Amino acid sequence: MVSTNNPFLQMFARSPFKPMQEHIAKAQECAVELIPFFKAVIADDWQEAEKIQNRIAVLEGDADVMKKQIRQNLPKSIFLPVPRTDLLEVVRMQDKIANRAKDIAGLMLGRQMSVPEIMQTDMTEYVRIALTTSEQALTALKELDELVNSGFGGHEIEVIEKMLDQLDQLEHSTDEHERAIRLKLFSIEKELPPIDVMFLYQVITLIGDLADRAQQVGSRLQLLVAR
Amino acid sequence: MEIIAQYGDIIVILACVFGFFMAWGVGANDVANAMGTSVGSKALTLKQAIMIAIIFEFLGAYLAGGAVTATIRKGIIDPSLLSGTPELLVFGMLSALLAAGIWLLVATHFGWPVSTTHSIVGAIVGFAAVGISVDAVNWGKVSKIVASWVVSPVTAGLIAFFLFRSVQRLILDTDNPFANAKKYIPGYMFLVGFMVSMVTFTKGLKHVGLDFSWGESAAASVAIAVVVMIIGMQMQKRITPDPEADREHHFSSVEKLFGILMMFTACAMAFAHGSNDVANAVGPLAAVVGVVAAGGEVAQKTAMPVWILLLGGGGIVAGLVMYGHKVIATVGNNITELTPSRGFAATLAAATTVVFASGTGLPISTTHTLVGAVLGVGLARGMAALNLRIVGTIFASWIVTLPAGAGLAIMFFFMFKGIFSI
Repeated sequence: MVSTNNPFLQMFARSPFKPMQEHIAKAQECAVELIPFFKAVIADDWQEAEKIQNRIAVLEGDADVMKKQIRQNLPKSIFLPVPRTDLLEVVRMQDKIANRAKDIAGLMLGRQMSVPEIMQTDMTEYVRIALTTSEQALTALKELDELVNSGFGGHEIEVIEKMLDQLDQLEHSTDEHERAIRLKLFSIEKELPPIDVMFLYQVITLIGDLADRAQQVGSRLQLLVAR
Repeated sequence: MEIIAQYGDIIVILACVFGFFMAWGVGANDVANAMGTSVGSKALTLKQAIMIAIIFEFLGAYLAGGAVTATIRKGIIDPSLLSGTPELLVFGMLSALLAAGIWLLVATHFGWPVSTTHSIVGAIVGFAAVGISVDAVNWGKVSKIVASWVVSPVTAGLIAFFLFRSVQRLILDTDNPFANAKKYIPGYMFLVGFMVSMVTFTKGLKHVGLDFSWGESAAASVAIAVVVMIIGMQMQKRITPDPEADREHHFSSVEKLFGILMMFTACAMAFAHGSNDVANAVGPLAAVVGVVAAGGEVAQKTAMPVWILLLGGGGIVAGLVMYGHKVIATVGNNITELTPSRGFAATLAAATTVVFASGTGLPISTTHTLVGAVLGVGLARGMAALNLRIVGTIFASWIVTLPAGAGLAIMFFFMFKGIFSI
C-alpha cells in the first residue's frame, strides 16, 4: 500500500517561490565576483582575474541549472497564485544578471583589457553601483515568500513596491554613472588604441545592462504581484 | 428463507469479517488525508493526531453515522422488492463488501486514487441492477448520491475560499496580524464547535435516546461552541509573539495561533470522516445482520445494533494503529506547504461539507471533498503551487471505480448464490 500515489498528496506541487529566491541569490553571488575581478584587472593580475572568471562561469552555470529546474517544475497544469508566464519572466530576467556578469568577465579576460588609469576609480564605483542595483532586486525578491504567506495581502505588496522604488532609483543612478564614465572615456579616446576603446565602450554598456536587467527583474516582479 | 436459517451464523460471521476488513481499509488509508493536514502543518504531533482520530472517528460514526448507514443499507436498493427473497439481499451485500474491499486493495496497490464510498456504492448498484433487477435500484436516490459527489468538492471549495478570504481580511493583511489573530480566531473556534454539534443534535442523537427540538439543539450547540471557544482561548493565552522567529518569517507567531485552531478543526474533520465513511463498511453489514436477525424478514425498520457500529469503529482504529500512522506521517511530511492558516480553512470547509452530507444521509468521498477545499484556498491565492492534474485523475477514478466495483460485486453475487444454493 503506497501512499505517495495518494491523490490528496499529489495535489501539492512544489512551490516555485523558494527556488526563485535561491536562483536570484545565486545570480547575485555570481555578479558580485565582478568586484574582485575588476580589482585584479586594475592591478594587472591576470592570473587572479582568470581564477575569478572561472568562479563566475561556474556560478553562472549553477544559476542556469536552477533556472531549468524551476521551469521543469512548472508545467501548465500547475495552479499558482500568480500568472505562470509572469513568474517565468522574472526567472528569465534573474538569469540575465548572471549572464551579463559572465559576459563582462569573459570579454575582459579574453582581450586582457586594461582600464585607463584616469578611469579606474570611476570604473570601480560604476561596477559597485550596478551591483547595488542587483542587490536591491535580490532584497525585493526576498519578500516574495512573505507575500505568499500573507496570501498576497496589500500590506506585503506595499513593502515590495517601496523596495522596487529604491531599485528604480539605484538603476537611475547607475545610468548617471554610465553617462559620466562614457564622457571620461570620450575625452581620452583619441590617445588610446581604437579597438581597445571600442571594447571599453562595450564593457561599459554591459555593466549598465546588468543594472538594467536587475531593474527589469523588479518591474516583472511588480507585474507579478499587481492585482 | 431456509438458506438464511441454515447458514445464518456463517453469513453473519462472513459479513463481520468483510465489514471489519473494509473498516480496516478506511482506517489505514482514508483517515490519513483527514488527519495529515494537521500533522503536516505541525499543529499536531503524530501521536496526538492518532489519538484524536481514534476518539473522534468513533464518536462521529456512533453519533452522526446513522443516516449514511441507512442510505447504504436500504436507500440504494428498494427493500420492499426483496421481501420474498431476502437471501438475495444478503448475498448482494456480502458481495458488495467483498468487491469494494478487494477493489480498494488492488487500487491502493497500484496507487489509483479511488474512494471507498464510490467503490461500495458502485458495488451495491451493480449487484442490485444485474443480480436482482434494474428496478430494484432506487435510481432517484443513486442520482442524488452521484450528484453529491460533484457538489461536495465544489461546496467545500467555496466555503474554503470564503473562509480563507475572511482570514486574509481580518488577520493576515492587517497592521497587527498577531493581535487580530487572537481577537478573531476564537470566533472560528465557535464556528467549529457550533457546526459539528448542531448537525449531531439535529440529525444524530435519536438512537442514543436524546430527541431534541430544533430550538433545544441550537441552544445546546451554542453552549458547546462557547465551551470549545473558552478552551481554545485558554490555550491561546500561552502563546506570545516570538520576535526572533518573526524576523525570519513574519507570520510564524500568527501561524502558532492558527495551529491551536487547527487542533479543533482536526477533531471536527475526524468526526466528519467517521460520520460518513464508517457507513461504507457498516451499512452492508447492518443490512445482512438485520435480515438474519429478523429470521429472513427484510425488515424496513430495524434499529441498528450498537455492536455493529462498535465493530466498524474498532476496524478503523485497528487500521489506524496497524498501518494508518505510517500513511499519516507520509501525508503530513509531504504537505508542509499547508500552513495552519490554510490548513484550518481547508479542513473546516471539508468537515462542514462532510458533516452536512452525513446529516442528509449522502455518502460522499472525504478525500475528494478535501481536494476541493484545498483548491478553494488556492483560488483565494492561499497556496504556493497546486497540481491541477489531480482533478482529471479524480474524474477518471470515478469512471473506473463505479464499473469495477459493480463488476466485481456481480461476480461475487453469483458466486455466493452458487455456493449457498446447492
